Amino acid sequence: MTVSLSKIELQQTIAKRVAKELKGSITVNLGVGIPTLVPKFIEDPKVHLHTENGLLGVTDVKEEDPNLVNASKLPVGEAVGASYFDSAGSFGMIRGGHVDMAILGALQADETGQIANWAVPGKNIIGVGGAMDLLVGAKKVIVAMSHASKDGESKIMEKLTYPKTSNRSVDMIITDLAVFEVRERQLYLLELAPGISVEEVQEKTEANFIVDL
Amino acid sequence: MEKLVQQANQALSCVESGQTILVGGFGLIGAPLTLIDGLIKKDVKDLTIVSNNIGEPGRGLGLVLNQNKIKKAIGSYFTSNRDVGDKYQKGEIELELLPQGTLSESIRAGGAGLGGYYTTTGVGTDLAIGKEERVIDGTTYILEKSIHADIALIRAHKADTLGNLVYYKTARNFNPLMATAAKTVIVEVDEIVEPGELNPEEIITPHLYVDTILVAEHILTTEGVVVHDRESIENRVTANNR
Repeated sequence: MTVSLSKIELQQTIAKRVAKELKGSITVNLGVGIPTLVPKFIEDPKVHLHTENGLLGVTDVKEEDPNLVNASKLPVGEAVGASYFDSAGSFGMIRGGHVDMAILGALQADETGQIANWAVPGKNIIGVGGAMDLLVGAKKVIVAMSHASKDGESKIMEKLTYPKTSNRSVDMIITDLAVFEVRERQLYLLELAPGISVEEVQEKTEANFIVDL
Repeated sequence: MEKLVQQANQALSCVESGQTILVGGFGLIGAPLTLIDGLIKKDVKDLTIVSNNIGEPGRGLGLVLNQNKIKKAIGSYFTSNRDVGDKYQKGEIELELLPQGTLSESIRAGGAGLGGYYTTTGVGTDLAIGKEERVIDGTTYILEKSIHADIALIRAHKADTLGNLVYYKTARNFNPLMATAAKTVIVEVDEIVEPGELNPEEIITPHLYVDTILVAEHILTTEGVVVHDRESIENRVTANNR
């Protein structure tokens, strides 16, 4: 029996779990959507946050500045030791393999760990932003997304129905129900959210996965 | 050469229908809102606009879009302005979607005299369709062509009268790249100072890239876009030139 969470509670739950993965002196890029909720749950002060629009050293807002924002165009703060750079410099860091981890939202993931997050044919979702660059360049990619779509359909499917973002598989998928790791293009269920059973995850997941709790 | 002009319409005198125009900004942040307002008031059409987002619905470049002045848009993220998608579904605009790293690097390459470059970004996806693939040392890349334009409309924080530019926080984004990649580069700024007042170590765009400088009238604030009147701007400019 699951307790039904509101959309924001659900997103916060996912963000909180993602934050546990952020440890040590690493540089992490946060994408649009649920990833922008992650910073307030990060416990390790050594983590550096990078945002594609040209800032390394993102922190909480102190005083709102309309010209100081993250990738979701939300106001952020400037950490001690921060630096600014232009968009080509920012993506040079990403593509060049200098960013340790990327946290991305996704519309769909498949059972090989590939994701789709930039287009829905026939709809007004036409926007790749930095997602393709992050998938080729970030050393580790974690997807943070709700397990089911608004209509209750599994977003972790056998095959993507939307255009894929990259040939690369992501490394981890964190949803409101479970944590999956991708090893050699195969999903492993590593962890269950509190109160969730393996059966429930199996029932709500279209993709095949190996249970490895 | 005198680069400083007083009005957006003077600054935009070289803009014509059918041109390709680079427009700075990440959404409205760092977008040249005064020059965009000038574009709204100018009788032009069939523009190709290269900009990350094409503004927001009914704001910034979103207004130019709604006037049907844009024939083609090249950018990375149109999801934040659903009007772009609406026009696209109706066949009223041509879109070229590029990954943001490719968009920015193509502009950088265009400004640096390169024809194109090979990147791993997008390999195997729908955005690689029709692009040359090449394996270099065992890695597959696609060829991306550089971008060069007739006009660049950009936003900086301060200019000196020579045209040296410094930027402000995340309002920098695409602006310094676009400053290098157009035949005519028009910039709007918060402040104009005398040569020597900007620290040479901090100048991001050297003056040789810049053709025309205008003081910004349309300013992004936490309460939205605020339009400053001419008089307060002149006071600001004079105060800074004193």
